[in-house]
Amino acid sequence: MRGLVLAVLAFGLIGPIAAGLWVTARAGFGLMPAIGATEAGLDPWAALFGLPGLVTSLKITAFTGVVSTLLSLVLALALTAALQPRLSGGRAARLLAPFLAIPHAALAIGLAFVLAPSGWIARALAPVLGLDRPPDLALVGDPWGIALILGLMLKEVPFLMLVSLAALTQIPLRQHLATGRSLGYGRAAVWLKLIVPQLWPLIRLPVMVVLAYALSTVEMGLILGPSNPPVLAVLLTRLFFAPDTALLLPASAGALLQGALVAVAFALLWLIERALALAGRMWVCRGGRGRGLDPLLGIAHALGFAAITLGGLSMLALLIWSFAWRWPWPGALPESWSLRAWTGAGPGLARAFGQTLLIALATTGIALALAVAWLEGEDRARTPRAAWAEALIYLPLLLPQIAFLFGLNAGFLRLGLPGGLATVIWAQALFVFPYVMITLSDPWRALDPRLTRAAASLGAGPWRRLFTVKLPVLLAPILTAAAIGVAVSVAQYLPTLFMGTGRIATLTTEAVTLSSGSDRRVTGAYATLQMALPLAAYAAAFLIPALLHRDRRALKGGAA
Amino acid sequence: MRLAIAAAVAASLMTAPIRAQDWQDTLDAARGQTVYWNAWGGDGRTNAFIDWVGKETEARFGVSVRHVKLTDTAEAVTRVLSEKAAGRDTGGSVDLIWINGPNFLAMKQQGLLHGPFVADLPNADYLDLSPGAPATVDFTEPVEGMESPWRLARFVFAYDTARVDAPPATMADFVPWAEANPGRMTHPDPSNFMGATFLKQALIELAPDAGVLQMPADDAGFAAATAPLWDWYDALRPNLWRGGAAFPENESIQQQLMNDGEIDIAMYFDPAAPAAAIRAGLLPDTARVFVPEGGSIGNVSFVAIPYNAANRDGALVVADFLLAPETQAQMQNIDVLGAFSVLDPGKLDDAGRAAFAALPDDPALPRIEDLGPTLIEPHASWMTRLTEAWANRYTR
Repeated sequence: MRGLVLAVLAFGLIGPIAAGLWVTARAGFGLMPAIGATEAGLDPWAALFGLPGLVTSLKITAFTGVVSTLLSLVLALALTAALQPRLSGGRAARLLAPFLAIPHAALAIGLAFVLAPSGWIARALAPVLGLDRPPDLALVGDPWGIALILGLMLKEVPFLMLVSLAALTQIPLRQHLATGRSLGYGRAAVWLKLIVPQLWPLIRLPVMVVLAYALSTVEMGLILGPSNPPVLAVLLTRLFFAPDTALLLPASAGALLQGALVAVAFALLWLIERALALAGRMWVCRGGRGRGLDPLLGIAHALGFAAITLGGLSMLALLIWSFAWRWPWPGALPESWSLRAWTGAGPGLARAFGQTLLIALATTGIALALAVAWLEGEDRARTPRAAWAEALIYLPLLLPQIAFLFGLNAGFLRLGLPGGLATVIWAQALFVFPYVMITLSDPWRALDPRLTRAAASLGAGPWRRLFTVKLPVLLAPILTAAAIGVAVSVAQYLPTLFMGTGRIATLTTEAVTLSSGSDRRVTGAYATLQMALPLAAYAAAFLIPALLHRDRRALKGGAA
Repeated sequence: MRLAIAAAVAASLMTAPIRAQDWQDTLDAARGQTVYWNAWGGDGRTNAFIDWVGKETEARFGVSVRHVKLTDTAEAVTRVLSEKAAGRDTGGSVDLIWINGPNFLAMKQQGLLHGPFVADLPNADYLDLSPGAPATVDFTEPVEGMESPWRLARFVFAYDTARVDAPPATMADFVPWAEANPGRMTHPDPSNFMGATFLKQALIELAPDAGVLQMPADDAGFAAATAPLWDWYDALRPNLWRGGAAFPENESIQQQLMNDGEIDIAMYFDPAAPAAAIRAGLLPDTARVFVPEGGSIGNVSFVAIPYNAANRDGALVVADFLLAPETQAQMQNIDVLGAFSVLDPGKLDDAGRAAFAALPDDPALPRIEDLGPTLIEPHASWMTRLTEAWANRYTR
């Protein structure tokens, strides 16, 4: 069974990604017969580095990517430490669900409105400061990328918190906390000296996913990042879609450069890890009780509250915009209201909603089936997961999407496979499967082995044990994984655009297209639905087990 | 090599059966087809108009239209190109593209277009297709029947009369105006066609000899023609929004800045756009159109059919329907879209003239005679070079 899953993954995942990378790499070194480029050489690289502002673009990409990831990690760990006593797994998931559900693009559009010089905060301050015109300040799209860092953090802190809370279940947390406290260490110090070193190996891969995403985001860079020059991923997207097809070559070279940038960032992360491990060991040995550190948790608490407020305001702003008609400066609320954003977009909105739902259900179904097959295969083989297998699962999340999607699309065309619903579902499944795997693995392994042993001793074969014992008991975590799968699928932009040859219109592709237009009201309607779909999935993930297991106390809630 | 391919493709298309068929055959073949119309999707009113077109062609000819919304027209060009690269010469995914300028030039040069087809369309009778007429030239590139016109475009500025007493009268006047109103105007990034058009508009007014702009640009000619432009721009830039360090991505984002009160001047490639935006609640009621004294750049928006379109007959039917007088009148109706018609009023019959005469008026809608003379687009090579030169000078 595990062999079958591996074969599916090798043909469905590794093969196409490698083929896509190969086409991109060849184009990056001047080989693309399709546009008459048949001479290998370094010309594409020369053209790439000849682009005005490329160095600035690289710097700003590296800066925003690394800083946002490190800050997100620190804040997520501090918040986990500060809130952990009050947050069980289930409650945390419920609180964090809206932040996980809202797609990056939608959050960015909302945040841009909250932060802009003519935005919500400035409007609130305008009467106080006596402003009759918005100040000419670079609050969004600032040259240092601070708005972009903020936007990335709003999405990544909740994700890292959820991952950390899940990983904590594998650590004897309660005992270690109690031991640390009884030896006189402060709360923060116990976390830093005892818990984080155990937690880090469990969350290292998710942090790398966050880092890779932050370095290669297109939607957030476009909406919140600087514009002249923009971050590397936005620059490359412009090149890939420029009228002059000769630019495909430097664009491909740029995609390779993007990959190299991610690799360098991973190396940097490893160096930081080594350095901190060395310094940390000395710090631990010195034995200070670190009681002075505790106020830091309070600061983290405050920052976390500020972040939740900011994110909540962004989502609220989008919702209000979708019901607004005129909302001019300096009104804190719309001047007139209308339902036209919802009714006027009627058929398009309904069609996009239907497509999105269909694709989300299909990709999530495929990903869940593969994940269950893989995990069950591990159980039957009685072997723990090898490091290479773990890396394999994460592969699509660690590579910059643009580096292989272009080559993948070209490869598919060459095979004569039409771009459409099926290819979009397949391409999205590449990115949904890892998240489903991440979410499902820990609860699966935490399943009480006595249940299956009891079933086996009563004569149940492996299939019956799977379908009548494991899957029903694991219903709650399976549905949670499905909800995350739906959220990931709904948010996919580049895979849908490239593999759907533009014909597959989902809520996300429509929202991004519309945000290139200027109507926040219609964007608000699309973004609200974009958010509602995953939220409904999360709600179902809580309600269905609660209903089915209403008379099974041990199966309620906690399993997620 | 590209030219050779283009010539071969063009030659094979000349003998394609479509020219011999009469229109009824096209209509019969088109029935039941779904046309994938690739068109920029950033404007809600245009999107609604395309929806309306699809409903009408479905009811009249059994041809349905699916609007593939693009963030940039070049996306569709790239798609056709990668299909050609992969050898998919039939059953392509793009049936109809809203196109003009550099994108048309790129597709025509690479042999990616079906045609010539315009003369085969029955409603082409209402067009002025005499040599040199606006519908026969696209950015100085001869159309040669490879794309069919559907709406007129004129470059105009909009300003908020509640905040601005007198807008700049000429392009040169933008410098003192911005000095008096620092941070209150900007232009889209020149990598976007609207930003590039702003620079071209200034170039036509400021170039020592505007005649050279109609020919392909060379290094020396470009340097000589653009020297006054860069002096002008260097004086203007420090007083732009954000000190000229950041630019809106496109004209819609710029319109949003004006609606938010961050700037006072916006620009459009459609004289009816501000009136339409006011009706859509996207601009203050006090917004009005102005053009520089010497007139402004104008061109025509076209639709083209890729050489490998899967639903070519359906695409022809849609292109023809777009040229019907009642469709054009519907399009020019400010309640619907407000874009000016491409038809020659002299060729309309009485019913057609009556349809246009009955159109409603709007205070923010300029009359065509208020817009001054139409300036012809420079050769496409000027736009490419301008964009590159701007990036080299101002992107650090």
